[in-house]
Amino acid sequence: MNERRLQPSPWVERRRRIVNALGHGAVALATAMVLVPLVAVIWYTLREGIPGLTWDFFTQLPKPVGEPGGGMANAIVGSGIVVGLASIVAIPLGILAGIFISEYASARLAAAIRFVTEVMLGLPSILLGIFAYAVVVKPMGHFSAYAGAVSLAIVMLPIVIKTTEEILRLVPRHIREAGLALGIPQWVVVLRIVLRAASRGIVTGILLAVARAAGETAPLLFTALNNRFWHTTLDQPIATLPVQIFTYAVAPYEDWHRQAWAGALVLIGLVLVLSIILRLVVSRTHLEHEQ
Amino acid sequence: MEPSQQQEKQTHTMREDSSAPMPQSDDHIKERFRIVTESLTVFFDGKAAIRNVSMAIRTNRVTAIIGPSGCGKSTFLRALNRLHDIQPNARVEGRILLDGEDITQLDATLVRRRIGMVFQKPNPFPAMSIFDNVVAGLRFNGIRKRSLLEEIAEEALRRAALWDEVKDRLRAPATSLSGGQQQRLCIARALAIEPEVLLMDEPTSALDPIATAKIEELIYELKRTYTIVIVTHNMQQAARVSDWTAFMYLGELIEFDKTRKIFTNPSKRQTEEYITGRFG
Repeated sequence: MNERRLQPSPWVERRRRIVNALGHGAVALATAMVLVPLVAVIWYTLREGIPGLTWDFFTQLPKPVGEPGGGMANAIVGSGIVVGLASIVAIPLGILAGIFISEYASARLAAAIRFVTEVMLGLPSILLGIFAYAVVVKPMGHFSAYAGAVSLAIVMLPIVIKTTEEILRLVPRHIREAGLALGIPQWVVVLRIVLRAASRGIVTGILLAVARAAGETAPLLFTALNNRFWHTTLDQPIATLPVQIFTYAVAPYEDWHRQAWAGALVLIGLVLVLSIILRLVVSRTHLEHEQ
Repeated sequence: MEPSQQQEKQTHTMREDSSAPMPQSDDHIKERFRIVTESLTVFFDGKAAIRNVSMAIRTNRVTAIIGPSGCGKSTFLRALNRLHDIQPNARVEGRILLDGEDITQLDATLVRRRIGMVFQKPNPFPAMSIFDNVVAGLRFNGIRKRSLLEEIAEEALRRAALWDEVKDRLRAPATSLSGGQQQRLCIARALAIEPEVLLMDEPTSALDPIATAKIEELIYELKRTYTIVIVTHNMQQAARVSDWTAFMYLGELIEFDKTRKIFTNPSKRQTEEYITGRFG
């Protein structure tokens, strides 16, 4: 007789179905709304950028104002150099700092550094540009690739530190204990076992940082400035893709707009290619490193 | 028969000598002791997890430590391997003599090369092959000669009764093995550095009965060469594999005697109550 009492009434059952459908719909709609701008950006960049992707675009210097044609060869190479320089500094430093916070720092010190890192993550990048201007450009007396790299390194550092630390903390404690119990010194356990276990996640952090740095414009305006020609040394202004895109996009010339779109497309493409290469390298070296 | 057997098995242990501390009881005076703890006390945040544990662990014997959860079995075991060193809130007092030498005063890394450990959960190093796992302890301590590593890996895997199952796929990721195989891999990894003592912290609690039987068989084989200390929740297991059994309760060593004595005629009431399942 209890069975009947526990049966929900048809009305309750119907209401439950309606609420479920509504909830389901709301979640799906929210996901779709998130995807719309993402897909739109890529689609729009492709549509506007592909016509500008000529051979000249990759091989020529910018033409003087009013003259059609030319390309962004110097900016593509310049972006590579500035981001590369920044990576050489920021990636090892960031990984080491992440290791320190996760493996060596006391709980209180770790919390303090973590807090500072999070604040740094939230700083507007233009501020970092002004900082690099004050400490590098001013003393040197001129804009340079070095100054641009410094500002981008500051952009990258907190990202690398934070992802490294978070990924390392995901490696279970018993893995470290297993290493220590074999009589392996702690620093070797960290570098050869823990870091290895976390390598995929750390690569993701590096990619995030590189992608972010490659697209930064504001810090470069104060530091690397721009250059319409090939740079000859690294202590002079250098052209970079984001700054070139910015310059061309705000100019009143149809041809420059086309090139700005092409530049944006190249930027996306470069980041994509880099992430594919890095991921392939990591998954390949993962197991066969001692062959 | 015991003493003569003992002699035979011990020919390889040159470090043993008559200066090793002697036990309280005259009956076992001929047996030798690999590890002797004296008033071993471990504090966590100032609170004692084990108190004044004095135990003499016999060479080439299996010593089981039993007791209810939280009684300090694992704490005791981890102290022997200096694993409390990495916890800032832990403090160890008392002495731990390994072949008569107080290891609390030695470099922890060197101690751990002489005392291997197998953990509760199989924990092969992720992102490494079976081979790389076995030789990790050697390679990361500077042994790089390929032929030597291969030789030691095969020997360790054979001793851990895993060689036949993995010899054709040493390059496969260690995580592709089953749980029981992973645990035997962890044993092989510990054996590869040629320790004198093997500590096992509930090595079969995460395994199915068949894998458990294999590990127990293995323990029986390994005691010819190694001194084994095993923490277990499973009293049948303690009775099956061990020669000596220690019963711990609330951080103290209640009774330590021959396994048969502990399980048939314990001298302490608490031991008897635990073994007969009245508490714990």
